[in-house]
Amino acid sequence: MSLVSAASISLDHRNRRTAAIFALFAALMLGLGFASVPLYRMFCQVTGFGGTTQRVSEAQAATVQATGKTITVRFDANVERGFPWRFRPEQVKDTVTIGARDMAIYTARNLSDKPITGMATFNVEPEYVGKYFDKVQCFCFTEQTLQPGQEVRMPVLYYVDPAILDDKEARDVESITLSYTFHPIAGDTANGLDRTGSGS
Amino acid sequence: MATTAPPEGFQGHAEDHAHHDHDHDHKPAFFARWFMSTNHKDIGTLYLIFAIFAGLIGGAFSGMMRLELAEPGIQYLDTFTRLFGATNPDFNATLNTWNVLITAHGLIMVFFMVMPAIIGGFGNWFVPLMIGAPDMAFPRMNNISFWLTVAGFCSLMTSAFVPGGYGLGSGVGWTVYAPLSTYGSAGPSTDFAIFSLHLAGAGSIMGAINFITTIFNMRAPGMTMHKMPLFVWSVLVTAFLLLLALPVLAAAITMLITDRNFGTTFFDPSGGGDPVLYQHLFWFFGHPEVYIMILPGFGIISQIISTFSKKPVFGYLGMAYAMVAIGVVGFIVWAHHMYTTGMSVDTKMYFTAATMVIAVPTGIKIFSWIATMWGGSIEFKSPMVWAIGFIFLFTVGGVTGVYLASGGIDDVVHDTYFVVAHFHYVLSMGAVTALFAGFYYWFPKMSGRMHSEFLAHVHFWIFFIGVNTIFFPQHFLGLQGMPRRYPDYAEAYAYWNEISSIGYAIMAVSIGVWFINIIYAYTMGKKAEGNYWGEGATTLEWTLSSPPPFHQYETLPVIDDKAHAH
Repeated sequence: MSLVSAASISLDHRNRRTAAIFALFAALMLGLGFASVPLYRMFCQVTGFGGTTQRVSEAQAATVQATGKTITVRFDANVERGFPWRFRPEQVKDTVTIGARDMAIYTARNLSDKPITGMATFNVEPEYVGKYFDKVQCFCFTEQTLQPGQEVRMPVLYYVDPAILDDKEARDVESITLSYTFHPIAGDTANGLDRTGSGS
Repeated sequence: MATTAPPEGFQGHAEDHAHHDHDHDHKPAFFARWFMSTNHKDIGTLYLIFAIFAGLIGGAFSGMMRLELAEPGIQYLDTFTRLFGATNPDFNATLNTWNVLITAHGLIMVFFMVMPAIIGGFGNWFVPLMIGAPDMAFPRMNNISFWLTVAGFCSLMTSAFVPGGYGLGSGVGWTVYAPLSTYGSAGPSTDFAIFSLHLAGAGSIMGAINFITTIFNMRAPGMTMHKMPLFVWSVLVTAFLLLLALPVLAAAITMLITDRNFGTTFFDPSGGGDPVLYQHLFWFFGHPEVYIMILPGFGIISQIISTFSKKPVFGYLGMAYAMVAIGVVGFIVWAHHMYTTGMSVDTKMYFTAATMVIAVPTGIKIFSWIATMWGGSIEFKSPMVWAIGFIFLFTVGGVTGVYLASGGIDDVVHDTYFVVAHFHYVLSMGAVTALFAGFYYWFPKMSGRMHSEFLAHVHFWIFFIGVNTIFFPQHFLGLQGMPRRYPDYAEAYAYWNEISSIGYAIMAVSIGVWFINIIYAYTMGKKAEGNYWGEGATTLEWTLSSPPPFHQYETLPVIDDKAHAH
């Protein structure tokens, strides 16, 4: 090049600095992409987004006052395709007082001849009442292991937060559906579950 | 835009020999020049050749799809499956081939045709020329960007010939949604497809840093940001979108890879993950991505409309900042692709309103292009005809975009052919028409040979009729409820599907005319002058010979303030 001068050396320097700054931008966005996983979980837990129910302690639950209003809660149970458990609610629906604690019982039976560990995911419909559905105790908080042929009764202790009555979108809801789906715990391939559904 | 070219004194080969050393125009030998290239014009040429090649493959895949869809029933999928190398495929494997076709078509056209052509090709060629820079800021990184893109394409092609979930190839769609792309697709094929996005994405991020650095630091004396041609502005905004959006895609697809191969559960509910999170991450990238594909097209159209109206662009600053606004707002509207994933009414209202806001800066651009033509001395040369065609087609796609922005309407037409028609109007017709407009505008500058204006007009009209015949009927099919992504359909949809397939054949003929035109230019085309479009062409590339010298602007051009008229 015929123009190698002080000016072009400093241009080189400036170019590198600019590139470094914007490479940092890209790296930050990459980090943000990964950070979105815990951020999204926190966001769902805090806002009840996607029908995420709330988990409360006994102490918090003790401060809640029952109101005079009732609401219907429906219970739904599913297992992932091919998961060899029979999983049912004991009653399909219940009418509860908003703010009062109530217990629902689900039963699960391992139909296979191997011990299997499962974990339940959960949410409620309509999704925007997730932040008002408070669980004190739930079988979904921990993994459940069933021996071959074993049947267990599993409780959920919950209440509907009276704050639902102050939410313009949620206060007219007459019925909430609480849904659970049992999955094999991650990496458990011992039972030969075919998750692709391809049958091959 | 207005950087006036001096009528005399093109910087070119002949005169440069007189007062420079012989070194500056010394071209390396063939292998070193094309395979180890560090010259922005050569790399731009490589990108364009690569994009044409990839576009032919992606276009052939869409031809196979239109053939299968020409009438109800499944006629050709079995043949196609054998074509990919399967022996005695079962019915699932033939259906998988359909998914492979839609996946490959989408990924090729987005990552290996439009982006390499419009950013890698025209961006590399003309950003340095238009701002008066001798080359890109990092010529060798530029080379890496290109070859990473090629490697990505090879990885994607490989994915079509190795086992996927149900047969050969990866049928996960260009969106690569989990769980279909995780435990729904066993086999290495989807890993190859995902890895191809990593490679192409890394190449594009490096390219973006290169463009930003070049535009910020290497403008000729007097070329302030507010005097840059609009094409340079469009590439600058695009580079920022790439820089901020692609790393998020990289994170998302890396998590897909680990979910597939290393037992993580980022998107798997059985381990506490959520597949909807993948959709959020994908569309946080995916929506800016559609502006990445169209914004440089906006820039090209601005240059062309101004050139052939012989007027500076109406509302230059408004045009530049409209692109900035589109880029910024483009980052906060992503969930309008996810209206049916279950959202509260308030969330839908926000995304509907935010999406519709984008129509405002886009409207400013359409208005300003028309206002530029208003009262101008218009010449209907081939780039101008393509550019006006662009404005029409893009506006049609933009209008259906406003329909789809509405959460309520989207609930009804989500994943129907109405959506297919919408995004092909803005991309297959908007972005591709802008590419052809840019091609005819700059081809003689790049090659030194004039194309045939007659053939360019013939190409335009056949293409214009063809693509409208393909895609306009798809609006009707979508409103009648025909879903996307199926190889078969109910008898009721047969009529418009047949017409749509006929449109494909018409469009394919126009591509033949285009190739004949290129052959014509190289065999019989006149030698192109430095500024073959005349007085309307005022940006700096027109001060150089056609083709420009191998190294240009050894004496930096100085932009004369008095010559500005915007």
